[in-house]
Amino acid sequence: MAASQTPSSPQAAPLVPREPFLTKRRAFSIVGLIIFLGFFAIPIYQTILLEMWDDPGQLTQQIVIGLTKGTYIAVIALGYTLVYGILELINFAHGDLFMIGAFLSLIFISLFGLDPKTSSGITIFFSLIGILGLVMLCTALMNAGIERFAYRPLRKAPRLAPLISAIGMSFVLQNLGIFLGDGLIWDKIADGLGSDAIGRVADAMGSQSVAPKNIPDLLPNGQVFFIPNSLKYTYKDLLVAVVSLGLLAGLYSFVRFTKLGKAIRATAQDRDAARLMGINADRTISVTFLIGGALGGAAGMIVGLYNGTAVFTMGFTAGLLSFTAAVLGGIGNILGSALGGLLIGLILALSDQYIGTRWSNAVIFAILVLILLFRPTGLLGQEGGQKA
Amino acid sequence: MKRFLSFSLVLTMIMVILAACGTQTGGSGTKTTVTIVSSLPRTGSSKGQTDTIVNAIKMRLEEDKYAACNGNVEIKYEDLDDATAAKGAWDETKEAENANAAASNKDVMVYIGTFNSGAAKIAIPILNNAGIVMISPANTYPGLTKDGKGAEGEPAVYYPKGTRNYTRVVPADDLQGAAAGNWAKELGVTNVYILDDTELYGKGIADVFAATAEANGIKIAGRDSIDSKASDYKALMSKIAATNPDMIYFGGITQSNAGQLVKDMRAAGMTADKVKFMGPDGIYEQAFIDAAGADNAEGVYATFGGVPPAKLEGKGAEWYNAYKAKFNAEPEAYAAYGYDSTNVALAAINKSCDSINRETILKNVFATKDFDGVLGKWGFDASGDTTLTQMSGQQIKNGAFEFVQVLK
Repeated sequence: MAASQTPSSPQAAPLVPREPFLTKRRAFSIVGLIIFLGFFAIPIYQTILLEMWDDPGQLTQQIVIGLTKGTYIAVIALGYTLVYGILELINFAHGDLFMIGAFLSLIFISLFGLDPKTSSGITIFFSLIGILGLVMLCTALMNAGIERFAYRPLRKAPRLAPLISAIGMSFVLQNLGIFLGDGLIWDKIADGLGSDAIGRVADAMGSQSVAPKNIPDLLPNGQVFFIPNSLKYTYKDLLVAVVSLGLLAGLYSFVRFTKLGKAIRATAQDRDAARLMGINADRTISVTFLIGGALGGAAGMIVGLYNGTAVFTMGFTAGLLSFTAAVLGGIGNILGSALGGLLIGLILALSDQYIGTRWSNAVIFAILVLILLFRPTGLLGQEGGQKA
Repeated sequence: MKRFLSFSLVLTMIMVILAACGTQTGGSGTKTTVTIVSSLPRTGSSKGQTDTIVNAIKMRLEEDKYAACNGNVEIKYEDLDDATAAKGAWDETKEAENANAAASNKDVMVYIGTFNSGAAKIAIPILNNAGIVMISPANTYPGLTKDGKGAEGEPAVYYPKGTRNYTRVVPADDLQGAAAGNWAKELGVTNVYILDDTELYGKGIADVFAATAEANGIKIAGRDSIDSKASDYKALMSKIAATNPDMIYFGGITQSNAGQLVKDMRAAGMTADKVKFMGPDGIYEQAFIDAAGADNAEGVYATFGGVPPAKLEGKGAEWYNAYKAKFNAEPEAYAAYGYDSTNVALAAINKSCDSINRETILKNVFATKDFDGVLGKWGFDASGDTTLTQMSGQQIKNGAFEFVQVLK
């Protein structure tokens, strides 16, 4: 959590005395890094840099694509970071909640009968805002429910217990995704109720529950600016970036400036002390999960519309990337997670262009390892001695 | 306590004797049972394809009333699933489980499968040791049967006993990839970007395509392998667009995210009129169009190692009409292959009436020559490959695959 960045909160003194910079372990890793850079990395970097220099337009394009992807990774990463900040729990179910968000938005879109060919722009615009609200509400309540029934009873149990419970919830949600994606079930409901709207949902899901679902292309595809052969940026990209950044900024200011936000920070820092100060810790934790769930759902809808696909495994893939982003930026730190998300999006795009798609995941984890070697708490993470 | 112990001992002995009697009476019956199993991905997005294969298998067995050798042999059929819901695709452990179950059941003498070439790699050695004949309606990876067409040591590594037990009814990819490369030339392609999904089938066919395209004088704009679990390919497609290709060839299957690939390709400005998209039979199914969205999929080309069911002639056309009448649905691409797999299995059993065992049936399946099936007149060569070589090309028009031409 952003706790110690607040001027009003006292900077916790490090409990462990700072170790000297050049310990034996560090010396080894530095030597290793030099060998890695000298013999392996630099020759590759040279060719990559030359390629970048040769075609600056393509470089800019990839940076734009990467940053856009980064913004939504950041939104998902925030869900991990919020919960970790307050409970020190890695909420594995968060990625799958994101997937449920994408499915819910597809369901609502079908229920409302939105179609890029027939619906007018204004209808689509207002319906999407309404759907965003509905999806966020549903996933927020779901996340709070998960906390209430799967994590709260285990709060005093050993730390591994809630972790396992979280993995279990992740499977429950994945199966819920398979269930929601089963067009045959929707068909039966539609027949039972004689409802056309639910029939449309059945059509959208298709007959195979685990197959990827196609989400209609509702976001505007026009160009914001277009320089032939170099840069292409659509309103869709812009919209995704703006909504994601809006959510990030909203969350940051909520935690930083409101009374409830202060309560969250206090609970994150020291739950018992916060309780002594009259803060209802349980309620505060519930609020945190509500916010985290809403963010996850919103991200699910944004990504679903942006990529045009909902599939029950998307939560796992996105969750892995976002969790990595949170760790890279410093888990527990809002700004850190946002930064981590942007960085990962950027690295992915650049690696796709200059190294090769099949290496992208390897590149990300190599960079993660390198950064954690020198900053074990992540880029903006706090040194030990305090919880958040 | 002691009494209880002796009582339970006696009880156990009685049960053992009863059980022994049970098997004896079963064995002394005049009817022999032959179990045919199929191992196909019955969960996940291959289900659409495998449903029609299983329908075709059952249809063929019903025609002979689940019997062979003038009713002296009873045929049983088991429909095994080699996919898991969690993976949504075939699974190595599941396939090994199926093959082991088949090997340990002495009645199982024919194994129809697998659907995916990767799964065949696992099943062949297990069934080779058990001496069960495999008939695949859909595997196209060349290395399973052909020397020098696959990786080092293939195909010998799959046959620990040294004898062959694997046959397939579809032509292998070395033919399909080449057919695709020639078709691309006919379509006027000059600059192609090649992608694959790193899997046995996908990478293999993309390699053959690349070689043929190059030999045909088509420029290779680039070659990449994709991560089939990625959420999008926007960056990759932007990279490809910068090389100005007039075709993207994807060696892979629908389940390797082919739909998302086409979606992001269109979003990157590579519309159907500017850049073609071609894939092998792994994307030749309705699930691909569903995943990509009909608008994006429009104009996509797919090759297929055979002729689509609706274009079959003679016996094939009769079968096609019978299938449609019976199931009230179009058969998918591999249904006819499932039908003819069962066809040769039954023919081999009928030839082995004198000694119904795994060895004879295996020998007789391999001896299939000039067989008059729904696919035409065909047979197996010594390595278990079909003698069929006819391929076809299709294109998606108005949201459905349409037959374009026969490829050579």
